[in-house]
Amino acid sequence: MADPVNLTVDGISVSVEPGTTILKAALQAGIDTIPTLCYHDYCTPNGLCRVCVVEVEGSRTLIPSCCTKATEGMKVTTRTPRIERARRTLLEMLASTVDLSDAPDAQQMITEYSAAPQRFPEAAQRRYPVLDDNPMYIRDYNKCILCWRCVQVCAEDAQFTYAINFSGRGFETRIDTFYSLPILSTTCVVCGQCVGVCPTGALKARREWQLEQGQSMDEIIAASTDDRTLRKRSANRQQP
Amino acid sequence: MPESDLDLSPLRSILQDLLPKGRSALLPSLHAAQDLYGYIPSPAASEIASALHVPLSEVYGVIEFYSMFSSQPVSKTIIHVCNDPACAMAGSDALMKNLIRQYSDANAKNGDEIVVERAPCLGLCEMAPAIMIKDIQRGHVDASGAGRLLEEFGEKPYSIIGGDAHELTQNCGKHRPTTIGEYVAGGGYNALRKVLSMDPAAVIAEVKASGLVGRGGAAFPAGLKWEGAAKEAARPKYVICNADEAEPGTFKDRVLLEEDPHRILEGLIIAAYATGAHQGYIFLRGEYTNAFVAMTYALKEAYASGLLGQNILGSEFDLELELFRGAGAYVCGEETALFEAIEGKRGFPRMKPPFPTTKGLFGKPTVINNVETLSNIRSIINMGAAEYRKTGTEKSPGTKLFCLSGDVAQPGLYEVPFGISIRHLIYDLAGGVRGGRQLKAMLFGGAAGAFADAASLDVALSFEELRAHGLPLGSGVITIFDETRDLRDALSRLAYFFADQSCGKCYPCQLGTRRQMEIIERMAAGKMLPGDRARLEDVGWTMTDASLCGLGQTAASAVLSAIKLWPEYFVENRS
Repeated sequence: MADPVNLTVDGISVSVEPGTTILKAALQAGIDTIPTLCYHDYCTPNGLCRVCVVEVEGSRTLIPSCCTKATEGMKVTTRTPRIERARRTLLEMLASTVDLSDAPDAQQMITEYSAAPQRFPEAAQRRYPVLDDNPMYIRDYNKCILCWRCVQVCAEDAQFTYAINFSGRGFETRIDTFYSLPILSTTCVVCGQCVGVCPTGALKARREWQLEQGQSMDEIIAASTDDRTLRKRSANRQQP
Repeated sequence: MPESDLDLSPLRSILQDLLPKGRSALLPSLHAAQDLYGYIPSPAASEIASALHVPLSEVYGVIEFYSMFSSQPVSKTIIHVCNDPACAMAGSDALMKNLIRQYSDANAKNGDEIVVERAPCLGLCEMAPAIMIKDIQRGHVDASGAGRLLEEFGEKPYSIIGGDAHELTQNCGKHRPTTIGEYVAGGGYNALRKVLSMDPAAVIAEVKASGLVGRGGAAFPAGLKWEGAAKEAARPKYVICNADEAEPGTFKDRVLLEEDPHRILEGLIIAAYATGAHQGYIFLRGEYTNAFVAMTYALKEAYASGLLGQNILGSEFDLELELFRGAGAYVCGEETALFEAIEGKRGFPRMKPPFPTTKGLFGKPTVINNVETLSNIRSIINMGAAEYRKTGTEKSPGTKLFCLSGDVAQPGLYEVPFGISIRHLIYDLAGGVRGGRQLKAMLFGGAAGAFADAASLDVALSFEELRAHGLPLGSGVITIFDETRDLRDALSRLAYFFADQSCGKCYPCQLGTRRQMEIIERMAAGKMLPGDRARLEDVGWTMTDASLCGLGQTAASAVLSAIKLWPEYFVENRS
């Protein structure tokens, strides 16, 4: 086995296996307070949300801990005013853009970092109609924080179905299908992996969503006859 | 025409030729479809996806990312009016208004045949205001814009060359590409001949000794980069010329590409020889259509003369070069985003490390150099590092191209040795502020740069001196604003630029560029809210500190510099 890598996290010395990320090294040092939003243990980390940033001695910018590997002699600090400003501002910008009502982790972080969800007045929000186009799950991109987990599990991180990708760019980026086709007209196999990894309720089991909308179980069951017809049609579907 | 009636046969025959390139044929295929149909209809996208074995959703994701591709029908003619500060000072807003008025009657009759849109910097800042119609660029466009044929607008772009030195620009100023005959007659490709008899390590040693650093903005030592890639064991290796010039205010690479393409090729071939690469790309900004023509022809000439292909000039060395067109995304000037574009993906920058010299294009060791950096190679090899270093300063050897635009008497491209003062460049060489007015501000390094005022005029133009004064050299842009200018307008254009060009990958930039633009728009309208200045600073520092790539890390640079210099602009005037 290769030699372990020695570093300090908030002054605590720790030895980790080569290839260990700063986030995992911190955990090993007993520091479990680095927040993460886009990170998922079973998905390829992309360093998107940047709330996991830390200070590394000698580095010009803050460093994302979820996807940066620990190196020999590294000195990591996980909480400073500079880090707090970045985390707080990121949460405030996110809260001014996306509906976080179904995202308990983000809400808890907002409280912890004394972030003001209303900090940015007159701010453009992402507003999209809820997509209810299949019997299994709904897509409510008002709640999407663009963590990419659904796109990744639909592709190489799990299912290799490639039903979803992105449309737009920058602030206007959205998770989308080929030419925004309804989900059953795509390569989607309704495996549900995307729903499983969504951290903010943007993807949700349709029945759960129907109950939240105030429908009764009786209404839902009565309507599910229609769903079965839909499903049969999807089995016979043609490629676009 | 309904999409089911779409004739896919011309696309199919193009795809046949592109197939061997695999997924890296995606952008070229989409360019072909966009040209054939005026947009990319979904059957065409499906055809491309199945031919290249790329998932449908990912093809759509790529179409949606690049602004030169459209998934929806667009009008037949789009007039792009440059929105950069230099063009704005020359009246681009009035021009745009007049054009819209002029075509509104025609459009009412014939449907939206002509659409007028604002465009990110077209790289014609010295000929402001500039427009682009299809693949035709025009500068010095009359702001009244009225009553003429599209092709008759303004003037064909030409370069205005000045300065104390004429090393990199020795073949420029002809307003046409230097032919291979002319290039060789002036000593061209002698450096390549010399290099082919040298040990690659000796070539790298010479470039290292020259002290040449990258001219794209990051100022990384070129020799170290070459050495890094040369040391890697992985094969194949790649060399890339980064010609994705899109920094607002920058046009130096466009002039070199249009007027002296062989100087760039010679540098790139030498880079390939030194690092052991046998394949390379010239990644050219999609909007640079004149440079595309010039470089396409230069490549043809080079292949015909045995300067590319197998056994270059009778040696054992082989190199294939391909010209690759970008598709409208500023972020692809970032080297890892550029790799993604060649690989047929959305131009999302990658995390670094690994650095390109270890894992670059297709995950292989890659040397990527800017156009101007490569243009220096010939001089370094011909004169030797010691002689090369006699120009410039000790820490910034050689000459540098500066793009001067805005309120300057003679806007243009200036080549000067490093170390002259800003004052000398602006007042002695470029004729000073236009109309004899006072200087209010200079924007250094483009949108990603920083503002300075007249107090900085005696700072020397070298990496070390500028750094000491907190000014970025960047890509060599200086946009000049006279005393009558309201810099709030320039700031709002810069803020719009970054919001428009953010790729959307990391949150600080995806969200921060939009929030920054919103606050700057309030500022420009004189309607800042209480707390806006603190918001602006928090957003700015968060982008600077926490963004994934250089775009986000510099998106607040000009704004933060303006807050320091002109706090009076940032008064909260609404309660």
